[in-house]
Amino acid sequence: MSITYLEAIRAAQAKALADDPRVFIYGQDVGAFGGAFKATKNLARDFPGRVLDAPISEDAMVGAAIGAAIEGMRPIIEMQYADFSTPGLNQIINQAATLFWRTQVPCPITIRLPSGGTSGAGPFHSQNLECLYAHYPGLIVMTPATVEDAYSMLLEAVALDDPVIFCEHKRLYSHLKAPALPTEAMPVGKARIARAGRDLTIVAYSAMVQDALAAAEELAAEGSEIEVVDLRTIKPLDTDTIMASVARTGRLLCVGESFPWGGVTAEVIARVAAEGFGLLDAPPQRLNAKDTPIPFHPNLWLVHRPTAESVCAAARNLLEM
Amino acid sequence: MVQTLECRGAQEGASPFPAQYLKAFRFMLLSRVLDEKMAGLYRAGKIHGGVFLSRGQEALSASLGLALRKGDIFAPLIRDGAGRLAFGEPVLDAVRTYLGSVLGPMRGRDGNVHRGRPREGLLPMISHLGAMISVVNGALMARRFKKMEGCVGAASVGDGATSTGAFHEGLNQAAVERLPLVLVVANNQYAYSTPNRRQFACEDLMDKAAGYGVPARHVDGTDLEDCLRVLTLTVAQTRAGGGPQMVVASLLRLCGHGEHDDASYIDEELKKSPLGRDCLKVAEERLLREGWADAEAIGALRQQVTQEVDEAVATVQREPGPDPYKENWCALSSRHLSDVFKDLAPAPQP
Repeated sequence: MSITYLEAIRAAQAKALADDPRVFIYGQDVGAFGGAFKATKNLARDFPGRVLDAPISEDAMVGAAIGAAIEGMRPIIEMQYADFSTPGLNQIINQAATLFWRTQVPCPITIRLPSGGTSGAGPFHSQNLECLYAHYPGLIVMTPATVEDAYSMLLEAVALDDPVIFCEHKRLYSHLKAPALPTEAMPVGKARIARAGRDLTIVAYSAMVQDALAAAEELAAEGSEIEVVDLRTIKPLDTDTIMASVARTGRLLCVGESFPWGGVTAEVIARVAAEGFGLLDAPPQRLNAKDTPIPFHPNLWLVHRPTAESVCAAARNLLEM
Repeated sequence: MVQTLECRGAQEGASPFPAQYLKAFRFMLLSRVLDEKMAGLYRAGKIHGGVFLSRGQEALSASLGLALRKGDIFAPLIRDGAGRLAFGEPVLDAVRTYLGSVLGPMRGRDGNVHRGRPREGLLPMISHLGAMISVVNGALMARRFKKMEGCVGAASVGDGATSTGAFHEGLNQAAVERLPLVLVVANNQYAYSTPNRRQFACEDLMDKAAGYGVPARHVDGTDLEDCLRVLTLTVAQTRAGGGPQMVVASLLRLCGHGEHDDASYIDEELKKSPLGRDCLKVAEERLLREGWADAEAIGALRQQVTQEVDEAVATVQREPGPDPYKENWCALSSRHLSDVFKDLAPAPQP
């Protein structure tokens, strides 16, 4: 018996619906069809009237979620792809993210973003937008890298009184499995040491944690002990856990699947350089996707974003510095 | 192509004249006096940021505010001073938000017309036009989930907002969900300086509603009686389960976009046309003509609302603004999840 990352997301939504009458799901094709990725499979049947198909109107989907949240509901919005959240950007960053600051009325909405590349998906079905949302005050941005976190963090997202951007990675949907759903969870906002080591710290999040772990395994065969920090949430960013890890290893490599300008990897390095400069034995490094739109063809796509292979190469270079 | 509803006269669902007319007139006058006071304070340099007047739109706005009732949802736009008051917003909320009092609903964090009390159904507009429509929809969806019946949600927009994607998405969403939404479009002929001919190419803005399967009505925004009749009827029909409806009002903005704007672009011909009539003057003349009020009573009313505004301003001018060193610089309700940024220039200790 095992459960996939996608099944965990579905199970978390079923539990949220069962436990809390304020929860409803709204998104394109989420009803009887069960969602483009089947993350809401059978939920419309099991929770009649609470899993609603939306017109192709991301702005209005988020706007409606905000209005419902003001009235005490806890909506979950499924963006069919993270890429399609940008037509709803205005409502997310200007309305949801500012509401509590302006009025002291909380805005408990969860927006699910099926993120990241899969081969052949191309420029508009592959994006990672967590850095964009993390830029704005008033949003919490979650990037689960494990089946357990996909489940427990989605439940936390629904329970929190703030708007949460929940970036679930499509590449993990079916290939990441766990023996069972978790019964306990780490607190939101805390990073996790996914693998302990003493020679180099790799900070990663979402699917890149899996690539970082694969790289660490390969480098272990070469005699290097790599520590992998899984950020879990990128906003808030758990600087303490990162700093403690860098204090142990003296070397920092940050890996992100999003575009290279700014973003999580730049933020992590800026904080470590500013607050932990003396901990570093070598210049901190970062690895991101290329500064182009995401290509369609697998030959191009495979080198566009970081992989276990390129993480290995970057880590080897850094270990020699 | 215009899908219109037959208005069946003032008697159906409309006001018991002249009581409702007088009530609306009082809110119009209060709004106008409050506006003039804010404009004066702006010119005297006492207000930070902009001042946005409702001049010319008071009849429409007051009629909408009066047609709604406690428990309804209202998302006003910038020229809804009268409607806000009629819906129950205290004069103090407006003054405190304009003057940045820490005791106001926005506590200096947002200003001027960006104010509201979401818990009381008065939604605080963001500046992005059309964006409040779907928020009203969501509030109405929540009411439906909670099986609260008989609520109406109203959103105000202008001619400019009808060009936005948010307007399209919001109205379509209300139609698909068959929500009790009343969408009021104040066609005041200009979006900032852009005239209607550069804003839309359909013959009438009511045509847009037809595209979503939403019935629409036209109203003369300069005529309080027409506004009361149409808004009362529309809100009542929506409340009774008639689904979303749109109202398009013809009027002219009798001021700049804000007080920083001299409105020199407004066509003189329009000002001289029936659209350019001042709804407040028209209503006042009607009151006198019908004998519903005499000049003395109107004078006394003016004095009363002026005193109300002056007292509010005097109160708020003694109130403190926000203290940046005591401010809770946290945008999250879950304070423990605030990201921690190193403060290189800590606040001086008092």
